[in-house]
Amino acid sequence: MAESPNGATSADPRKIVKPVAQGEPILQVRGLVKHFPITQGILFQKKIGAVKAVDGVTFDLMKGETLGLVGESGCGKSTVARLLMNLESITAGSVLYKGDDLAKLSGRALKAVRRNIQMVFQDPYTSLNPRMTVADIIGEPYDIHPEVAPRGDRKRRVQELLELVGLNPEHINRYPHQFSGGQRQRIGIARGLALNPEIIIADEPVSALDVSVQAQVVNLLEKLQNELGLSYLFIAHDLSVVRHISDRVAVMYLGRIAEIGTDAQIYDHPTHPYTQALLSAVPVPDPDGREHRERIILTGDVPSPANPPSGCRFRTRCWKAQDICAEQEPLLEIRKGLSGLGAHDSACHFAEEKDIVGAA
Amino acid sequence: MTTAPAPPRRSSATALRWKLRREAWGRTWAKFRANRAGMVGLAVLLVFAVIAVFAPLLADSHELRVSAASGPILAPPSRKYPLGTDDNGRSVLTLLIFGARVPLLVGLMATVISMVIGTIVGMASGISDGWAGTVLFRFTEWFIVIPFLPLALVLATLLGGSLLSIIVVIGITGWPATALVIRAQTFSVRERPFMERARVLGAGPWHLMSKHVFPNVLPLVFANTTLTVAGSVLAETTLSFLGFGDPTAVSWGTMLNAAFGTGAVSLGAWWALLPPGICVIVVVLAFTMAGQALEDIVNPRLKEGR
Repeated sequence: MAESPNGATSADPRKIVKPVAQGEPILQVRGLVKHFPITQGILFQKKIGAVKAVDGVTFDLMKGETLGLVGESGCGKSTVARLLMNLESITAGSVLYKGDDLAKLSGRALKAVRRNIQMVFQDPYTSLNPRMTVADIIGEPYDIHPEVAPRGDRKRRVQELLELVGLNPEHINRYPHQFSGGQRQRIGIARGLALNPEIIIADEPVSALDVSVQAQVVNLLEKLQNELGLSYLFIAHDLSVVRHISDRVAVMYLGRIAEIGTDAQIYDHPTHPYTQALLSAVPVPDPDGREHRERIILTGDVPSPANPPSGCRFRTRCWKAQDICAEQEPLLEIRKGLSGLGAHDSACHFAEEKDIVGAA
Repeated sequence: MTTAPAPPRRSSATALRWKLRREAWGRTWAKFRANRAGMVGLAVLLVFAVIAVFAPLLADSHELRVSAASGPILAPPSRKYPLGTDDNGRSVLTLLIFGARVPLLVGLMATVISMVIGTIVGMASGISDGWAGTVLFRFTEWFIVIPFLPLALVLATLLGGSLLSIIVVIGITGWPATALVIRAQTFSVRERPFMERARVLGAGPWHLMSKHVFPNVLPLVFANTTLTVAGSVLAETTLSFLGFGDPTAVSWGTMLNAAFGTGAVSLGAWWALLPPGICVIVVVLAFTMAGQALEDIVNPRLKEGR
């Protein structure tokens, strides 16, 4: 691999097999399904059901964009991330990276693709091996993919990466416990960048951090995106953080996508009742705005993903539910009668704009 | 380091790494020092180690030869023979001093074998999900339910009564407990997020074992080693007492065997019986106390249950 001699940043010209232009889909997820079997019996295991953690998720990730994936705990956000990273086997559907189906790859080809999709984990305290130095942690990808960096070059690369994420390159021989939470997350990000990936899947990357530190890390992620042209799948439950960083947002509910659109479409013109309820729960710092807005309080709990409701999954808690919602599954599409920013994909039979005052 | 404080400069990576390692050992040592039982155990062990190593300086090895024995038979303790004499007229004190060598040597060597087998089997069965892990685990369990003594006696008979064979016998019967401990720790390490992180990078099982699991189970291996030595010393004494040891070597076990076999017990010659017995107990206790202290440091959660 040709090396650029001026190593100020590690924005090396990366080896692009199939070039993807800015704004073209780089990752296409089609009907992704993950069912975890529920088994009974010890010796002879019998499948008695399945937890439908992810049940038909479809979206595109464009080159250079940030797609936010939001939803409450247990809606399948993290499972989507794990499926994209091949940490779980895909039950059905496909994940196309530049046209190659990840589920069908194995061995060497899978390893090569994996290099281009990296992950930043939620917990910066447990996701770094306490017995490894920073040099070993960030350099570990080079041990696994030795073709990326020759041995003599690794130390310099690790130091470049540390500099890139705003850490002191002199700290290369420190151990994780000698860093703060935010610094550790930077180490995690540096490590994700080590192999020059094109896609970073960030699973709740800031939810374990202090609010002040969250902003620093989010800004770092934005800076890196501008410098390196990365695509992010940003998974979080904090709607404000997601709005800050995302170009487009997908809202998940019980293993499905309820609504997807640009951040202005989702935040200012939500059409799915679930999104509206979710947004109405975002804390508003302005006391005046707080008084004027409507809080949508949902009743009941999220149904069990092992036995989801028929038709629309949200109908058991929806104030708009009709008979059709139990009979017909609403497709993720643009409904008639919606215009302007309201016209975006929404999985609701009765999608209509509702102004959530002062949300986010 | 004993050199004068160096001016602040950038030290090399290896130097820094060693410095951090020294600091880690220093922290462990500080915690160990605070543990009274551990320190007592360590002091006792040091005394016995010195006795074993410097035995030729402390006593005359010439006196070990039955043909050269000059003292009265089974004489009680006297000025000349502080711990009396055995049935061959040899000084019990001399025997006791030289007898420390075999149990300690066998105990340590057998423990090395047990640790290597136990660590490898434990990590392998902990890391692999499929049938290989299950088979290894069942194999370990199978080994653990076989009573130690019959197995050791059969093996000792098959391999013959040399020092090396005793080491091998104790080594290959002592590993299952270690394997289970290491397997459990491997399970706990395996579920930590940094393992997942390595898997995301495409790391294979060898990389996971050597880079992540092994360094994280190593402290437990060390702590377990000390406890296993205690068991091995006891095992050596047992085998020697039963007459399966090296007949030419003097050990506390063979002393007990001789005392039993020649009727020292019925003659009331307590000096032939008690000293080796007490030594075995003290050494085993010392290893256990030191090992327990080390385990408490390495795995503080264990202490809460006690």
